[in-house]
Amino acid sequence: MNVINFEFKKYVGSLWFWIISLWSILVMFMAMYPVLARDAALVDLVLQHYPEELLRAFGMSGGLSLATVAGFFAFVFAFVQLCLAIQSAYYGFQFLSVEERELTADFLYSKPVSRSRLLLYKYVAAMAALLITNIGLIMGTFLSIEWFRGSMVYDVGVVISLLLSVPLFQLFFFSAGFLATALSKKITSVIGPAVGLAFVLYAISALQRIVGGALLALVSPYNHFDPNYILQRGDWNMPLVTLSLVFIVAANVVAYFMFMRRDLHAAV
Amino acid sequence: MNVLEVDRLTKYYGKVRGVENLSFALEKGEIFGFIGPNGAGKTTTIRAILGLVFPTRGGARIFGEDCISQGHNIRRRIGYLPSEVFYYDQMKVMDLLLYSASFYGKDCRRRIHELSEAMELDLGRRIEELSYGNKKKVGIVQGLLHEPDLLLLDEPTSGLDPLMQRRFFELVLEENKRGATVFFSSHILSEVQHMCMRVGIMKDGNLIKIENIETMRQDNYKRVSLRTKGVATANLRLDGVTNLLQENHTVKFFYKGNIDSLLAALAALDLVDAVIEDPSLEEIFMHYYGPVTP
Repeated sequence: MNVINFEFKKYVGSLWFWIISLWSILVMFMAMYPVLARDAALVDLVLQHYPEELLRAFGMSGGLSLATVAGFFAFVFAFVQLCLAIQSAYYGFQFLSVEERELTADFLYSKPVSRSRLLLYKYVAAMAALLITNIGLIMGTFLSIEWFRGSMVYDVGVVISLLLSVPLFQLFFFSAGFLATALSKKITSVIGPAVGLAFVLYAISALQRIVGGALLALVSPYNHFDPNYILQRGDWNMPLVTLSLVFIVAANVVAYFMFMRRDLHAAV
Repeated sequence: MNVLEVDRLTKYYGKVRGVENLSFALEKGEIFGFIGPNGAGKTTTIRAILGLVFPTRGGARIFGEDCISQGHNIRRRIGYLPSEVFYYDQMKVMDLLLYSASFYGKDCRRRIHELSEAMELDLGRRIEELSYGNKKKVGIVQGLLHEPDLLLLDEPTSGLDPLMQRRFFELVLEENKRGATVFFSSHILSEVQHMCMRVGIMKDGNLIKIENIETMRQDNYKRVSLRTKGVATANLRLDGVTNLLQENHTVKFFYKGNIDSLLAALAALDLVDAVIEDPSLEEIFMHYYGPVTP
């Protein structure tokens, strides 16, 4: 428990940053919703004149009207996902590599705890941080919707279904960071790769929405957990979610075994 | 019973050689010096023993248990001081030491205070505010606070001033008297000679010799450099002089033998200056493996 407590404390400062960022995105975008809801017919008419590719790229052509709560929230949630992806990938790249980068590995790994147990403790601390982010997101989601929806109604169930997909979405990016760390000889920077991974996969999903293609949809978790899909149907795109699950399991298994045999190099 | 048994330990980093086919054992209660120049493989050996790096072949047993599969149990009884010390910069020294102590499941507060007083370490300061020497003191306290049975010290005196080096040696000797076995890596021959009972000499990843320190003392060469008033002449009638070099007013040679005999011989000369010192490690290696040149 000493390690979990110690590791979790490292996240406390950044957690506030991420949760406030998420709340800011939610409030900032949802604040625009009353205007759209008031002139729903006009908004739909305007959007009809936009190029279809542009609407697809920003997830605004999923069949849901932007004037509905669910339709507008699907649009907003794409930005929430981007923020969650950066945070999760950052934690994935960071949670083990920090000890090697800041040269504290000698201290920690020479203690009487097995490497697998240390990995578990650090993993649990990171998961706790992601879970708390999630709780913040759930609160922010419903508060911002209730604050700005006015008289518009929405199906709480489909929003819950979308929010329930978030832990898997986070785990995808966290696992990708973990795997990259375990496969790399040295991780010199964390935020760069984390932002890069989040944006590249976002760009791939945007491209897939424009040009289509079932194969391209396999690549990006933004497609696997497409907010438009979930909010429109109320359930997940199971084949793609399964693919994410397979990646998560495989990445963690490979990263675990790589890390268990990893040489921790001296400072000089 | 042997506390540490290293058996054909080999470690390669890719194609780069770390150590090769290393075998030696430490008896309970001994202070073993591990000496060699930078890159000889001293640190790699210690890191492999601790399970920080994984042997390519061979391995080590500590307290009779395998150092990789049972590493977590073994490390409970090991105190480790790395040559370069890095800790969590934002922490206060006391918090770091208590965190370190929390891994051993016993109350180490009394020992932390004793050791900190001995090393004159301020427990209230943040790690990031400490000089390198003070960080090294933190390393010493965290390595000793749980009263380990085996001390692995990797170049422990680097960064410490002479007074603190002395205090540190006193602490190590106290631990040894208590029963701790000490494995002490260094590139400074004199401190190894001062502290250790046996010494292993490393070169290019190989253990080239294990010597009893008493034997080594008897066999020990001194490098002698003399400056004479007149033109130097080789009129030293002394056994044990080798590699004699004379140039104008200077005479240089290696001497092996009774130091009183040397001093008596020097007293008969008309000298301006005389320096008698330990040969460098490199010269000792050359003594073992090649021609010696003062």
